[in-house]
Amino acid sequence: MELYRDVVKPMLAGFGITRRRLKHEKVTIMYPEQKREQYPRTRWRHVLTRYESGLERCIGCSLCAGACPARCIYVQAAENTDEARFSPGERYATRYEINMIRCIFCGYCQEACPTGAIVLRNDFELANYKREDFIYTKEMLLEPMPANLS
Amino acid sequence: MPKRVETVVLHDSSTPILGDVQKGGNVVLTSVETLLNQARANSLWPLTFGLACCAIEMMSTAASRFDLARFGSEAFRATPRQADVMIIAGRLSKKMAPVLRQIYDQMPEPKWVISMGACASTGGVYNNYAIVQGTDQIVPVDVYVPGCPPSPDALIYGILKLQEKIKRTKAGSLQDLRIVELEPRQLEQVKA
Repeated sequence: MELYRDVVKPMLAGFGITRRRLKHEKVTIMYPEQKREQYPRTRWRHVLTRYESGLERCIGCSLCAGACPARCIYVQAAENTDEARFSPGERYATRYEINMIRCIFCGYCQEACPTGAIVLRNDFELANYKREDFIYTKEMLLEPMPANLS
Repeated sequence: MPKRVETVVLHDSSTPILGDVQKGGNVVLTSVETLLNQARANSLWPLTFGLACCAIEMMSTAASRFDLARFGSEAFRATPRQADVMIIAGRLSKKMAPVLRQIYDQMPEPKWVISMGACASTGGVYNNYAIVQGTDQIVPVDVYVPGCPPSPDALIYGILKLQEKIKRTKAGSLQDLRIVELEPRQLEQVKA
């Protein structure tokens, strides 16, 4: 009788916990095959957006660079001409570089941008092998042309 | 005969990356290197080097929701003697730097380093006298994971990148195989 009380009963109670757990929903996200849903305001990789007309939103004002606490944005602006027009404003960014590995994804650049050009989207797969590869240039950041224009 | 990779392919384990130079493999060691690379890539035991808030995400990566055990890396070791990969999670102060180097030197070959987060990789927002501006000044880093802090899935992506790198390792000599420890690896030159 003591054997039942001291050994068998606690063991059955222990297996009972395992059995109850089997019914629970699995919590693991099978990451590379299946990605979890990101929150709507998730801040990850930056994208330089365009207007529907295909013109760039960025006007090269450097307000994002000024707002950046990590000082990881570099903007070089130039004047638009009628022959070579990149943005609707007077100026556009000839160079727009973000040091993606120094960036802390705080979203201050998005807040500071007067035209809503720089936005942080939810692509988080940024890991890489060399530090040089993290300098994201304007070509890498810029959204592709809208499908009806290209 | 060295052959330069010219085409862009979607990344996958063991697919070559643009710009990689594929060396001609060693005929004798091909199966040995495949076996060793598979074994090494799929049982990466991390050394916890939690220095700041990134460590919280590193712990979360090992927990049930993201379950790092699926990649054979669940055994976080607090001792360098039993670890393969050092995950530097957090800002590295100049006072901590000699300790980090010592722990790295105590790890047995083969060893790899993941620099997790903006602070460990570059210093991040702490561009000041107290913080090392990138752990690659102290130890050779294999994979950098950006983010502040990187979410657990971003860290898992970094670990997968490291596994790809290990699987691509060519064994031309015994030193490349790293069966024998000849001399400590040198720091890679980083362009200013």
